[in-house]
Amino acid sequence: MSMVTGNSYLDSLLQGQPQLPPSPLAWFNQLRASAVDRVGTLKLPTTRDEDWRFTDITPLAKLSFQPARVISTLQATDLERFYLDEAAIRLVFVDGTYMPQFSTQQGKAGESGLIITDLSAAVPRHAAAIEPHLGRHAGFEDNLFAALNTAFLQHGAVIVAPRNAAVEAPVHVLSVSTQPGAASHPRCLLIAESGSAVTIVEDYVTLGQEGEEAYVTNAVTEIVLKDNAQVDHVRIQRDSTQAFHIGNCAVSLARASRYRSVSVALGARISRYDLNVLLADEGAECTVDGLALISGRQLADTHTCIDHARPSCTSRQAHKCIVDGAGHAVFNGKIVVRAGAQHTDSAQSNRSLLLNAKARVDTKPQLEIFADDVKCAHGATVGQLDNEELFYLESRGLSGLAARNLLTYAFGAEIIDRIPVASLKHRLEQTVLEQTKRN
Amino acid sequence: MIHQDSRKLLEIRGLRATVSGIEILKGIDLTVRSGEIHAIMGTNGSGKSTLAKVLAGHNAYTVTAGSVVFEGNDLLGLEPEERARAGVFLAFQYPIEIPGVSNSHFLRLAYNTVQAQRGKDELDPLEFEDFVREKMKLLDMNPDFLDRGVNEGFSGGEKKRNEILQMALLEPRLAILDETDSGLDIDALRIVTTGVNKLATRDNAIILVTHYQRMLNYIVPDYVHVMQGGRIIKTGGKELALDLETRGYDWVGAERRSAIGA
Repeated sequence: MSMVTGNSYLDSLLQGQPQLPPSPLAWFNQLRASAVDRVGTLKLPTTRDEDWRFTDITPLAKLSFQPARVISTLQATDLERFYLDEAAIRLVFVDGTYMPQFSTQQGKAGESGLIITDLSAAVPRHAAAIEPHLGRHAGFEDNLFAALNTAFLQHGAVIVAPRNAAVEAPVHVLSVSTQPGAASHPRCLLIAESGSAVTIVEDYVTLGQEGEEAYVTNAVTEIVLKDNAQVDHVRIQRDSTQAFHIGNCAVSLARASRYRSVSVALGARISRYDLNVLLADEGAECTVDGLALISGRQLADTHTCIDHARPSCTSRQAHKCIVDGAGHAVFNGKIVVRAGAQHTDSAQSNRSLLLNAKARVDTKPQLEIFADDVKCAHGATVGQLDNEELFYLESRGLSGLAARNLLTYAFGAEIIDRIPVASLKHRLEQTVLEQTKRN
Repeated sequence: MIHQDSRKLLEIRGLRATVSGIEILKGIDLTVRSGEIHAIMGTNGSGKSTLAKVLAGHNAYTVTAGSVVFEGNDLLGLEPEERARAGVFLAFQYPIEIPGVSNSHFLRLAYNTVQAQRGKDELDPLEFEDFVREKMKLLDMNPDFLDRGVNEGFSGGEKKRNEILQMALLEPRLAILDETDSGLDIDALRIVTTGVNKLATRDNAIILVTHYQRMLNYIVPDYVHVMQGGRIIKTGGKELALDLETRGYDWVGAERRSAIGA
């Protein structure tokens, strides 16, 4: 990576790190320490780095961010509007700090062995389950933001679905940003043991008002699926439109496991989401869908990598961008089929809708195929609203504007519809409806 | 049906229209009065579907000459949605699929938009549900179609039923049915045409655009017009359609050519 600012900037980002309370466990402290070391050697990426070609984060480097303070004045009523009807289990983090008073840790009785708790409490009690996975999937060797997050390891969501358990209600991991000028490092680890099934909703929200000062959310999520496990993963990024959001997610799938994800990016001035899915054993299946809905001067960058490491795995991906104003969406979708990964079945589509002459999208499907008996389909389209569809709606009495709004909404709703949590789906449909009405 | 106290609904005079600079309509004259059913027949490329779209206000077509007066107002000066609200309805030959918008949402939106324009009450989702289910019985439609995306994955026949359902909801003064019979099997044709017949009143009018005579066995027209080369070249009663069915279209053109001495 190339140099854009001095390392004094990175030093400033590590402010407060040395004051973190040490863990009783040596490996945990070691993990943090090696992450701090990596921060010391890595540089802030620039547009000269291929992976950051279209995403200029210099505005981020111009601001100095402080570690978030712990605040205690929040009331449950401040947060209730974000709660999900279906989620009996909720972990709430405010500026990265776990808030037990707003969280409900345990589901129904009978789900014995189910672990849902904060990282700081989980590490000493469940070290044997956590140690093999924490920081092992979302590598930070070459990833400054993952390294920074790991350097600040303290709080975070830990979910372990025990063998053959079906966790009925979705687990809601709610990350709330409240402090302008603060940097927080949300962390999440989900381990789905053999034959288990679990749904997780990662939800990044802000209490601040529109137009407030910037803050940084730098999240890392690791998801591990053992044989035959099933995980539904919903990720909603609705940060303030002044905020910076960096997210790294690494998913590892064992034999015949199934991972389905829907990620939606609505907020942030600049957002970047890296999703790496490793199909590590035969018969694994993933469905990776995404929607970026942005306007104004927002930039939303999604980088995904689906790695078919073993034979007979299936991947499906639909990513959509709706860009209004002078917004800028980036999609880089890499599909890797490694040597020997025969009978790979992969399909990727990326469709983008540009609603304004100033709106821009950069899309790059990237297929790296090293096996010969595989099926890999991909397609990308960038376009405006269809004239025939508009006329159809207008001929039914809808104004031109209402017709445009409805079609834009429909374009996004196709992805939102795939969210397996009804109340969240309806809420997001409302959000998209309102957002598409602002034109 | 033709009746004594009918009003003039639509008056087209000398209408010419182009698409991408090519003239498709070359001088259309047509008067439609309330209560009447007109069939416009013709071969592919005769301009009959273009006429339907021009009347509905499709922006791909440019009107270069002529006038269209609808209930005393200049129709060509109105946007497509204004025409719809004024009471013009086009049932599409190829209804558009809109995944992501439920049919019930779309139908209610259209219904309420037109109701509001007419100073009538809008319906909330629950009220509308009851109302639309009644209307669906008219077309023997399964209520499941309300929950699906607009026309998404509908068969040809289901799409056409959905078009006529919209006609039933919007209660237009002038309904233009563009090849509504195409793609329908005999049962679906009977259901759709029965629905259309129930919607025909003394106060509205229907223009059927069709290639074949078979729909006219079910919806009996008062007038049959034959289009060719962007003009109406012959007008007659319902028996003209039967002539066309047995003799084809060529003789009409030949008759016209000899009449004008060409």
